Amino acid sequence: MSPTSPPALVVENLRKTYSNGVEALKGVSLTVQPGDFFALLGPNGAGKSTLIGILSSLVNASSGDAQVFGVSVNKQRGKAMQLIGLVPQEINFNQFEKPFDICVNEAGFYGIPRKIAIERAEKYLKELRLWDKAQHQARMLSGGMKRRLMIARAMMNEPKLLILDEPTAGVDIEIRRSMWQFVSGINAAGTTVILTTHYLEEAEQLCRNIAIIDHGTIVENTSMKRLLATLDVETFVLDINQAPTELPVIPGISLRRLDEHTVEAEMSRSHDLNSLFAALSAQGMTVTSMRNKTNRLEELFVRLVEHGRTEQGRSAKGNEEKVA
Amino acid sequence: MNSTGNLVALNTIVRREIVRIMRIWTQTLIPPAITMTLYFVIFGKLIGSRIGTIEGGFTYMQYIVPGLVMMSIITNSYGNISSSFFGAKFSRAVEEMLVSPMPNWVILLGYVTGAVTRGVIVGALVLIIALFFTHLHVVHPLITLASVILGATIFSLAGFVNAVYAKKFDDIALVPTFVLTPLTYLGGVFYSVSMLGEPWRTISMVNPILYMVNAFRFGVLGVSDVQIGVAFTVMLAFVIGLAIVALQLLKRGVGLRS
Repeated sequence: MSPTSPPALVVENLRKTYSNGVEALKGVSLTVQPGDFFALLGPNGAGKSTLIGILSSLVNASSGDAQVFGVSVNKQRGKAMQLIGLVPQEINFNQFEKPFDICVNEAGFYGIPRKIAIERAEKYLKELRLWDKAQHQARMLSGGMKRRLMIARAMMNEPKLLILDEPTAGVDIEIRRSMWQFVSGINAAGTTVILTTHYLEEAEQLCRNIAIIDHGTIVENTSMKRLLATLDVETFVLDINQAPTELPVIPGISLRRLDEHTVEAEMSRSHDLNSLFAALSAQGMTVTSMRNKTNRLEELFVRLVEHGRTEQGRSAKGNEEKVA
Repeated sequence: MNSTGNLVALNTIVRREIVRIMRIWTQTLIPPAITMTLYFVIFGKLIGSRIGTIEGGFTYMQYIVPGLVMMSIITNSYGNISSSFFGAKFSRAVEEMLVSPMPNWVILLGYVTGAVTRGVIVGALVLIIALFFTHLHVVHPLITLASVILGATIFSLAGFVNAVYAKKFDDIALVPTFVLTPLTYLGGVFYSVSMLGEPWRTISMVNPILYMVNAFRFGVLGVSDVQIGVAFTVMLAFVIGLAIVALQLLKRGVGLRS
């Protein structure tokens, strides 16, 4: 990517208020660089799907604009849509059509000649391991296959920006991994990827940059590495041969007995684990295994969202007081 | 998208619509053929033989054939587009087109072409069946063809508007039941409006289907209750008006975009 090439996505002060008065986006701004693997996270109803809807022109913004590789979604919709591939959250293809036809027709909607469309349909259906189902009715496919079909369909115009809105929801671990392998390959080949997911370990493993949205506002927008570095506390679950009723007191570590064989230890990241093991060992306890209690990103996500809500609550209370 | 791209997109929608019509041919092509055969047997043969000749010296069977063919064309064009586009809305498959770079007019033209195609296929089938019951000589082939295309286009556009507004399948059944069928039966399919007394004759003149049926009848038999120039003017006005409405709905995203 040349240093002068425009960002893959620039969102400027995007607002959306639905006709029922719900303010889904309250001035969202963010930038995604070309080639990035970008996570857009947020709880249900945070505004993720509205933002993606505006980027894909399914939702009309109330104000603000978005540019895809420098092309305005508002002013040059057709040109901007040529650059985007969308994998939506809900299944949105005709279930009575065949996967092959769904892909070829999708290419046709982008003005891609049928001969090329047929070649691409074969390529992507094979890459997503759907070729043996290409001539079956789509309704006969399993949930995971339908999700992979939507990825294959989104690749038909070979987009520069691929947007995946919770593509692995309800998909088993094996298929999920194969999907990520495919998307990682696409990203490595130069396609910018924006991902929303509720599986935060996926975002942690795959994405380089992240934005967290809550109540229509971006509450965090940084690199994954920098965000994870801010997490100063970790919780471990230790499997122990026999946990006594009275646990040792270790400075800087909070211990909690879960059952007779399991103990939870919450400690600062700067604290070494040796003192923990030494103290447990001194009590005659043998640690047989240990694991992180939660995904690190999950821990941060909950904190950021809760913090944002506390701030909003304070602000709302302040406004009420002003009104009163 | 450039003009070649638009043509590819248009071709894709039309092809998909025709594949759909052929895939469910037992629902799209056979029922109207059976219904019209019954009309020919009951009204044309059994009752018509007792009526004798009607306007212009034609047998009653010859007189109702153009009306019944046009009735098949408009109801099938309407039914095709309303069920196909609403089905795409209902299954959200319409989003495939809405997120693509296709301009709105390509989407509209594609669906209308698909619906007109079904109307023409059904019309041709009904005409072939009619030839088993009577003989026909098409007097004005170009007028016949033009009235078929315009009539089918008008009701395709109307069906599209209906599908855009529809929120459930019942909504696309309401208009054919309460508007389309009464207008068709009162549009001179089975009788000449000259047979009506006032004020029914004047009231009939505001029924757009009357102009379509009579334009087609003029093309086939050479007789009409209305001036052929007026009939084509009315039909063209409906095509333009409904196309503007449909394009505006697509532009505003009514029922399609949030």
